[in-house]
Amino acid sequence: MAQAPRHHDHDHEHQEVPSELTLRVKAIESLLVEKGLVDPAALDALIDTYEHKVGPRNGARVVARAWVDPAYKARLLTDATSAIAEFGFSGRQGEHMVVVENTPQVHNLIVCTLCSCYPWPVLGLPPVWYKSAPYRSRAVLDPRGVLREFGLELPENVEVRVWDSTAEVRYLVLPERPMGAEHLSEDELAALVTRDTMVGVGKIEYPKSGDAA
Amino acid sequence: MNGVHDMGGMHGMGAVQAEKDEPVFHARWEARTFALNIAMAASGKWNIDTGRHEIELIPAADYLRMSYYEKWFVRLVELLAKTELVSREELDTGHPAPGVQKAKPLVTADHVPALLAAGSVASRQIERSPRFRPGQRVRARNMHPAGHTRLPRYARGKLGTVDRHRGAYVFPDTHAHSLGEQPQHVYSVRFTARELWGDEASPRDAVYIDMWDDYLEPA
Repeated sequence: MAQAPRHHDHDHEHQEVPSELTLRVKAIESLLVEKGLVDPAALDALIDTYEHKVGPRNGARVVARAWVDPAYKARLLTDATSAIAEFGFSGRQGEHMVVVENTPQVHNLIVCTLCSCYPWPVLGLPPVWYKSAPYRSRAVLDPRGVLREFGLELPENVEVRVWDSTAEVRYLVLPERPMGAEHLSEDELAALVTRDTMVGVGKIEYPKSGDAA
Repeated sequence: MNGVHDMGGMHGMGAVQAEKDEPVFHARWEARTFALNIAMAASGKWNIDTGRHEIELIPAADYLRMSYYEKWFVRLVELLAKTELVSREELDTGHPAPGVQKAKPLVTADHVPALLAAGSVASRQIERSPRFRPGQRVRARNMHPAGHTRLPRYARGKLGTVDRHRGAYVFPDTHAHSLGEQPQHVYSVRFTARELWGDEASPRDAVYIDMWDDYLEPA
């Protein structure tokens, strides 16, 4: 089989490293398949799950429900794992969920300084920046500086709470419901919720910047 | 271990660079590496803590240079060899040793949804009651184990306040080294930014860290 196509380009200056990895990964996979330990179709199914089925749209549905249904929100803030499981979102890297609520006084931010723990069932797999040294090193030391790099300037009177995911608890931020969106349906509200707002590095945009005034 | 993976509070790592419309995987080898790690972990030959520690064992300069999935690849190969699921010779030749009986796949495609849905529950019921209660002042112990720990360096020796009890969980410091689950209570502990980083830090901000009993002492 030919080398799998890559998203970045032929002329990319770092091409050498990934091509070598393409070959090394392929070699291990064939060895494990030959030994009978791995079913390639299972690998396809695992990849398909996180490329197409599980991602931040899950978390967005949870957030929108919490915005429109106070009883659901109360359940979500007291037992997030069960409340999230009401949507069928559960399992690997979401076994022990905690939801932290943003308010006009408190802004929450999630990090894993020791590795890259992230709530997979509601957000999917983490983006590169979340796993990167700059984010992991600075989110705890200089959260306001990090947020500024994401275009978020927080007033001095807002308390920033950083949640370092050192144990098996996985965090999700419940962003503030935007003002002026009272007429939107739950689905329309969910469409406003982005991954970044649920990690705590973004604010809900409403009306969305692309929308006509 | 006081490794480079324990990054909280370090300077010099540069600005955060977020990619717009980032794909889940940037190359097929990343996707295959991810899936191979999950599929082979189903062997039960290692656990999540062993897996994390294996990545911490990557030499510091390599750790910083390698991409995330490159580290996952190194981890996979090391664990396959250490657990003898694959021999060093097989890794060299790329083929099963002659005469080795063919195994059955650990995970088949139809088992994937159940595998992911089950996850791996780390909470345990234990007899002992929690040593600390919400509101209590505690100090993170000043300890520097050479093995795996989830007590970040930036918190060691610092004073905090127990925010809430999280339940009892498998203890990574032993679990990573095949010394048993030894579950103990975990607390969310609030450390003010000023306690961690000094007077230059915001007077309002705080970091919440999940701490096992053995990481704490009464203050």
